[in-house]
Amino acid sequence: MASSLVSSPTSSFLKKIAFHKCKKQVSKKIVSVMAPQQSERKTYTTGSVKTGMTMTEKILARASEKQQLNPGDNVWVNVDILMTHDVCGPGSIGIFKKEFGEKAKVWDREKIVIIPDHYIFTSDERANRNVDILRDFCGEQNIKYFYDIKDLSNFKANPDYKGVCHVALAQEGHCRPGEVLLGTDSHTCTAGAFGQFATGIGNTDAGFVLGTGKVLLKVPPTLRFVMDGEMPHYLLAKDLILQIIGEISVAGATYKSMEFVGTTVESLNMEERMTLCNMVVEAGGKNGVVPADSTTFKYLEDKTSVPYEPVYSDAQASFLSEYRFDISKLEPLVAKPHSPDNRALARECKDVKIDRVYIGSCTGGKTEDFLAAAKVFLASGKKVKVPTFLVPATQKVWMDIYTLPVPGSGGKTCSQIFEEAGCDTPASPSCGACLGGPKDTYARMNEPKVCVSTTNRNFPGRMGHKEGQIYLASPYTAAASALTGYVTDPREFLC
Amino acid sequence: MSVSLSHVSYSATFTSSASKTTVPGPSLSPHSIKVPTFLPLTVKPLNSSFTPHGARAITIAPHATSTPSSIPSDTSTKTFHGLCYVVGDNIDTDQIIPAEYLTLVPSNPDEYEKLGSYALIGLPSSYATRFIEPNETKTKFSIVIGGANFGCGSSREHAPVALGAAGAKAVVAESYARIFFRNSVATGEVYPLESEVRICEECRTGDVVTIELGESRLINHTTGKEYKLKPIGDAGPVIEAGGIFAYARKTGMIPSQSK
Repeated sequence: MASSLVSSPTSSFLKKIAFHKCKKQVSKKIVSVMAPQQSERKTYTTGSVKTGMTMTEKILARASEKQQLNPGDNVWVNVDILMTHDVCGPGSIGIFKKEFGEKAKVWDREKIVIIPDHYIFTSDERANRNVDILRDFCGEQNIKYFYDIKDLSNFKANPDYKGVCHVALAQEGHCRPGEVLLGTDSHTCTAGAFGQFATGIGNTDAGFVLGTGKVLLKVPPTLRFVMDGEMPHYLLAKDLILQIIGEISVAGATYKSMEFVGTTVESLNMEERMTLCNMVVEAGGKNGVVPADSTTFKYLEDKTSVPYEPVYSDAQASFLSEYRFDISKLEPLVAKPHSPDNRALARECKDVKIDRVYIGSCTGGKTEDFLAAAKVFLASGKKVKVPTFLVPATQKVWMDIYTLPVPGSGGKTCSQIFEEAGCDTPASPSCGACLGGPKDTYARMNEPKVCVSTTNRNFPGRMGHKEGQIYLASPYTAAASALTGYVTDPREFLC
Repeated sequence: MSVSLSHVSYSATFTSSASKTTVPGPSLSPHSIKVPTFLPLTVKPLNSSFTPHGARAITIAPHATSTPSSIPSDTSTKTFHGLCYVVGDNIDTDQIIPAEYLTLVPSNPDEYEKLGSYALIGLPSSYATRFIEPNETKTKFSIVIGGANFGCGSSREHAPVALGAAGAKAVVAESYARIFFRNSVATGEVYPLESEVRICEECRTGDVVTIELGESRLINHTTGKEYKLKPIGDAGPVIEAGGIFAYARKTGMIPSQSK
């Protein structure tokens, strides 16, 4: 099925070739630029002529029961899954009740997934109350999927509790190719890794969906990112997406879909693909997609029995532009304060002294992320020089950290390696300090510090303190930096 | 059983002054519908279950189903007048409303007010003049002027809500991040207007400005300069009605409140 991907660009494709020369200075020059393609569409004047569609267009066409869609069309779309959490859930529920009535029922009790994850392990009363609001609503509506937590002192005592919503959605089998998934969180785009349309919406839109199961969407044009070549052993998906965001800027994909194809993408496992799609919103993107293939189907085998039908971009589909990357030429990157597009080579920041490292969040707190960090600590054999906070995204990730053997370690688990390296004990799974949160949140930055983090945003105040300096990085780079106390290229440890 | 949406003729009329010359007045709760005299639009009656056919009347970019002359153009005489507050590029949602305040639920009236009191509190200290004075809960700046990619970052609706609750009426930015723009329209909290040039470089916090919505024009009285804005288009009536739900009621898409 992966072979249906477009392999040879047509003449209407735009090529922007960006590559980095390893030894010399980074070249950011764009070699060739072209104007957008959309004028092509005007030649089709009758509705019966079918134009090729991109993945995103096809998914939305099916969801809106239309034969053909073009970018710019406003369509009513049937929603397959609506997700909300403790921060935006209460507001969405409030709007739902106000607009549809106190006694109104949700459109489909099985298509709503409610996942408390943001402000959980805190004594903040309002935060705790917000989880109660979710519980009351789920009870009265008989919501099928509510990953509740009551005992805040011991996350393991809550069998239903999962943790970070985007990771939980994937692990619980709610992400399926070809479907439409909406969430009251900007990183809902993560689910695009499964070949579906997934994007974030606000409370008002969510309230509307709760009542009707539909949403009005404008079809986005698609930017295509082709990544070919074998992934160097020192790079992770985080480096790829930081590369892209640095290339097109934080508004480079505004109102657009980002499609990721190529042999490199095909070689990524599901969690790495999730990392790639996770930060689509940091480029302003509406949604990200990775075509579903055997990796996807294998992942889903034991997670869902709901039938799904993947879709793929047509060979004749029109893309707004195409970017090609020769992965073998890329190097580990960071996004310097205070923007995700403030790209720099990790090795060029080696004089930046840091105060702490944070490994966690939907972006960098999955099992694969911790395995990656453990690999670096294992290779080094030394102890970290700064406080290193580990926040597994979900209960399952926490379990994996304590049970999965790390390759090449002689049977050690991540947790053992982390302990030997002097990291903090892995914390209760949640969004944690990625977005600061209530003042008592674990690892929150309450003083101006310099932090290397596997999270997704580094705008001023993101992790708590306005003068905090956050360097976004891959788990490899984060671990390497923890070991030296400076921003560090992981090749220092990974031979 | 899902909610049924049916056509109900909408005969109430609302009046309010068409031009707003005063700066933040009474609290703008999400329930208030701020519209001038309104005549019902003629729309096709719907079946009891919501169908996409009703889409025409409920789009964020609606097509008027009556001729312009039979409906007073809601935005033709609408003006905003007041002090402007100028910010830069890429003002993200963490600066508009830091995450620690997200425990406040916008649909709760008391918490809605509290959210307003924290609007733009996340701006770095390099912004010497604060959007809201330390001991105040409302802003004296009714217009926010921004650069590119205003509202980037999170999908949190708390962002446009905080601005609206604080007393801002409009944001004039060079460009917007899409979720912030969409949320502004859906909630009706602030008008997300776009400028043709970077007004953020030509205006200063405290300048007195007037925005004429119908003319798509911003006048800076302090500098004497005028700027063309991009027309708010069909998003205007949605915001004017008070957001998508209010607009949907107005057009008969969903029943008006029975309570």
